[in-house]
Amino acid sequence: MAGGDDLKLLGAWASPFVTRVKLALNFKGLSFEDVEEDLSNKSELLLSSNPVHKKVPVLVHNGKPICESVIIVQYIDEAFAGIGPALLPSDPYERAIARFWAAYVDDKLVAPWVQSLRAKTEEEKSEGLKQTFAAVETLEGALRECSKGEGYFGGETVGLVDISLGSLLSWLNATEVISGTKIFDPVKTPLLAAWMERFSKLDAAKAALPEVDRVVEFAKKRQAQAAAAAAASETK
Amino acid sequence: MADVMLLDFWASPFGQRCRIALAEKGVAYEYSEQNLEQKSELLLRSNPVHKKIPVLLHGGRPVCESLIILTYIDEAWPEMMPLLPRDPYARAQARFWANYIDNKIVDCQTRLLTTKGEAQEQAKKDMIGALKTLDSELGDKDYFGGQAFGFVDVAFVTLTPWFYTYEKYGDFSVEEHCPRIVAWAARCRERESVAKALTDPEKVYEIVQEEYGAN
Repeated sequence: MAGGDDLKLLGAWASPFVTRVKLALNFKGLSFEDVEEDLSNKSELLLSSNPVHKKVPVLVHNGKPICESVIIVQYIDEAFAGIGPALLPSDPYERAIARFWAAYVDDKLVAPWVQSLRAKTEEEKSEGLKQTFAAVETLEGALRECSKGEGYFGGETVGLVDISLGSLLSWLNATEVISGTKIFDPVKTPLLAAWMERFSKLDAAKAALPEVDRVVEFAKKRQAQAAAAAAASETK
Repeated sequence: MADVMLLDFWASPFGQRCRIALAEKGVAYEYSEQNLEQKSELLLRSNPVHKKIPVLLHGGRPVCESLIILTYIDEAWPEMMPLLPRDPYARAQARFWANYIDNKIVDCQTRLLTTKGEAQEQAKKDMIGALKTLDSELGDKDYFGGQAFGFVDVAFVTLTPWFYTYEKYGDFSVEEHCPRIVAWAARCRERESVAKALTDPEKVYEIVQEEYGAN
């Protein structure tokens, strides 16, 4: 790592957006201080570093904060351009394609999936899942195009889209454990299923992704809390 | 087909961002007005995922999503009029604020214009809050990036003709809450690229009323 660089990641272990930043830092070979925030009692540092959204992740580089996971990943790629592999390609068109699919992951896959996890009705849940699966199918096509026969969205090496999607893997696995639903079905989306296997085996990924068992426990606890809150509001 | 083509809709603030960027960079392009009720083969082929405008076609290859297009224009024509600063930290700040505009302002706008009663009151509060945040971020600078017109200015200026409509629907004055933003918008309109691209505020109000019903 370049001398004199102080990197602090303000995060929460279960957040895939925080995992995203850890992945980028790991793939670049950068060391950092992993600061676990209590989101129910946010630190002064977090509140002053992200006054607009008050959310994690925040990367603090030599005292200066950068917010929003995809922006942080691009910042890491640009600020540490000479160090480790490039996370974005150098060609402007290929960069635009990478940015397009990274945005797609957040807007079309994560958003409806979160909706289905937090759904209060069966209808909401199934609508969320329907949209999630539609997005997964589209991403299968995207992987075919972007990989050009190689193993990753970034081609031979991991890139922005691999990191964006890869950050979700523990949650994808946890969902399978809890509900039996495989989000990356090996029959319907063989490329994504293979990609998930391949990505999970990378050292940088193993170091960044939270333990699936821990995520399962966390998700179950959250679901129980939501159910209790719903029941309490009904019996009033 | 021209080397650079923009598939767009005349009143779209997202398309206008691209027009401003191309003009600032001095890039010659073919403007192609799209019928959003009956989408063309070219549009559907160029943006099969979202089927939306704007789409920039460069050498026949499509780039979609207005902020991604802005970044692409900046990187493909780097010598003229840089939109993003060179410093990685300043670039991250610019991207943050452009995202804020797309996520917060556009969301508040939709809710302000399409809801009534309590929901609309909340949308109005949120919109004023968001505009004040931007006013505070601009501060006493000429432009969001400092002394030069850039990325965040292009991202936000095309929404300024919508202020009149926000005021009509929300019954508030943008200038009262955000005088610096109003002054900044006037400063931006002095640029030919901006003046040519923006829709007249009265026209925006007319279109919105047609689309969503009168307030």
